[in-house]
Amino acid sequence: MSAALDTLARDIARQRRRRSARRLRLGLLMGALLLGTVALTLSVGHTITPPGQVLRALAGDDLPGVSFAVRELRLPRAVLSILAGLSFGLGGVAFQIMLRNPLASPDIIGISIGSSAAAVLAITAFGLTGMAVSLLAVLSGLGVAAAIYLLSFRNGVAGARLILVGIAIAAMLQSVIAYALARAPSWTLQDALRWLTGSVNGATLPQALPLLVSLTVFGALLLACRRDLEAMRLGDDTAAALGVSLTRARATIMLGAVGMIAVATAVTGPIAFTAFLSGPIAMRLAGPGRSPVLMAGLVGAALVLIGDFIGQQMLPARYPVGIVTGALGAPFLVYLIVRANRTGAF
Amino acid sequence: MPMQPLTVETLSAGYGQAAILRGLNLTVPTGRITAIVGANACGKSTLLRCMSRLLKPEQGQVLLDGRAIHRTPPRELARRLGLLPQTPLAPGGITVADLVSHGRHPHKGLLARWSAEDDRAVARALTATRTDTLADRDLDALSGGQRQRVWIAMALAQETDVLLLDEPTTYLDINHQIEVLDLLVDLNRDRQTTIVMVLHDLNLAARYADTLVAMKNGAIHAAGPPQEVLTEATVEQAFGLPCRIIPDPTSGKPMVLPLGRHNTTESSAA
Repeated sequence: MSAALDTLARDIARQRRRRSARRLRLGLLMGALLLGTVALTLSVGHTITPPGQVLRALAGDDLPGVSFAVRELRLPRAVLSILAGLSFGLGGVAFQIMLRNPLASPDIIGISIGSSAAAVLAITAFGLTGMAVSLLAVLSGLGVAAAIYLLSFRNGVAGARLILVGIAIAAMLQSVIAYALARAPSWTLQDALRWLTGSVNGATLPQALPLLVSLTVFGALLLACRRDLEAMRLGDDTAAALGVSLTRARATIMLGAVGMIAVATAVTGPIAFTAFLSGPIAMRLAGPGRSPVLMAGLVGAALVLIGDFIGQQMLPARYPVGIVTGALGAPFLVYLIVRANRTGAF
Repeated sequence: MPMQPLTVETLSAGYGQAAILRGLNLTVPTGRITAIVGANACGKSTLLRCMSRLLKPEQGQVLLDGRAIHRTPPRELARRLGLLPQTPLAPGGITVADLVSHGRHPHKGLLARWSAEDDRAVARALTATRTDTLADRDLDALSGGQRQRVWIAMALAQETDVLLLDEPTTYLDINHQIEVLDLLVDLNRDRQTTIVMVLHDLNLAARYADTLVAMKNGAIHAAGPPQEVLTEATVEQAFGLPCRIIPDPTSGKPMVLPLGRHNTTESSAA
């Protein structure tokens, strides 16, 4: 009896190790894809730079015409794309898992739009610029998330109610943006538009700092809740029965996810649908039944990096990355809504 | 094994304005099987939700080992008391072993790694529920009865002294209902697990439970051994159903024969 039990326990352990090895391979593959796209981003611009020269420019050599393009234009682009993509991917999937619904992504339920609306208002109506706008954007993202949470609170927060409240608030904020743009003086439009479709145009390396800090701080919050998040996939009742303190876990996860999304939105603008797309794609890749959180972060980074490369190099004109990810995300949103009655992958 | 039994003291609870339970008292016998029965909306599930910390009481308390469960840290309580909700959700495509592994959640701290002991606990739970041959299967591909056994295995991997189940036999065919209830008796005998379940079927409740708790209008109408609780008067009062009680020829426990308006030689109107 005991021997049979040990054999079974070893079988279970072996299956688990096999799956984590598979996940590690997938993660490495994803890393290789990211690295390849970074290499492309660094070598391709107005001119194509050979890999040798890219490496020398990165190492600090002064190559006329090359070093500036690689170090000041292309590298910040790649770094910002990865960090913003990670933030959107992680923040999005945390919401989707917590509420067990792919539609519960912060860019669908009005949190990203909260940041955008505040920034557009600040620029067009109050003539603010720079840091003040970004700070306001972060605070409004957090504020809108808190408002949605409180408005949908009745004996605890149910996923469907929160999503509906969020979509309604998103629609309201959309009209605030339309109003602000209609009344905006023309010289502010260029600056304001950046807050409507995300972009990594004009990226600089110092911009990466707030993203790094936010990924560390808010990422630590999500990391601390990763087991709770995993248990919440079984439903709130089962999670509570397994010892998850629902109110505290939800508050921590929301703070972590919203913080990440709001800071990333403040730096790059709301890169359309990245948060929304990363989770479901990661789920397909990592296979069901296992936590897709880290994979979703990698997918987010890949989406922004590849989307930006397509927008810059592969289309007839140069488009910001948000246009490309938006074009990918919109059909997927329709698809999800069409099959919304079937149980989702979460 | 808890030193003191699971006790409910002057418990009042409900959702929003509507109070469902009013000043309810109950002591659950340790190491036995207790079945809660009653008409729809009598407060059975609400009582179970309060006993498992899912619902906060408005007044009164639930004590486990002399300590109020609503003031016990959730993770600590989850190592003592498990709950299987009526309709638990599973992530699509999850394997049986992965689902059962979730039962180890309360035993894992923030930094604790998965250990060989966790694997053994999962193996024990699978073996006890005879789902060991299903370990690598996809949960979605199982029959209703198999799936319910897997969910019970998850609650077992939690290794608690007390297990609460909300209608564990709903949606199951009669053969699977018996299979699940037999399994619960096995657990009760082998592990001395205290089992409390809400059941709809009075005859199965009488046959499988050591103690029956009949509820009516948010209060306990009668509690005790099935022979004492399941009387014609109690069923009539708690369910508004006239009936005859005869001894179950296979178990000697009381068995309810409902009297409707049709197809009986005695009329309920009589």
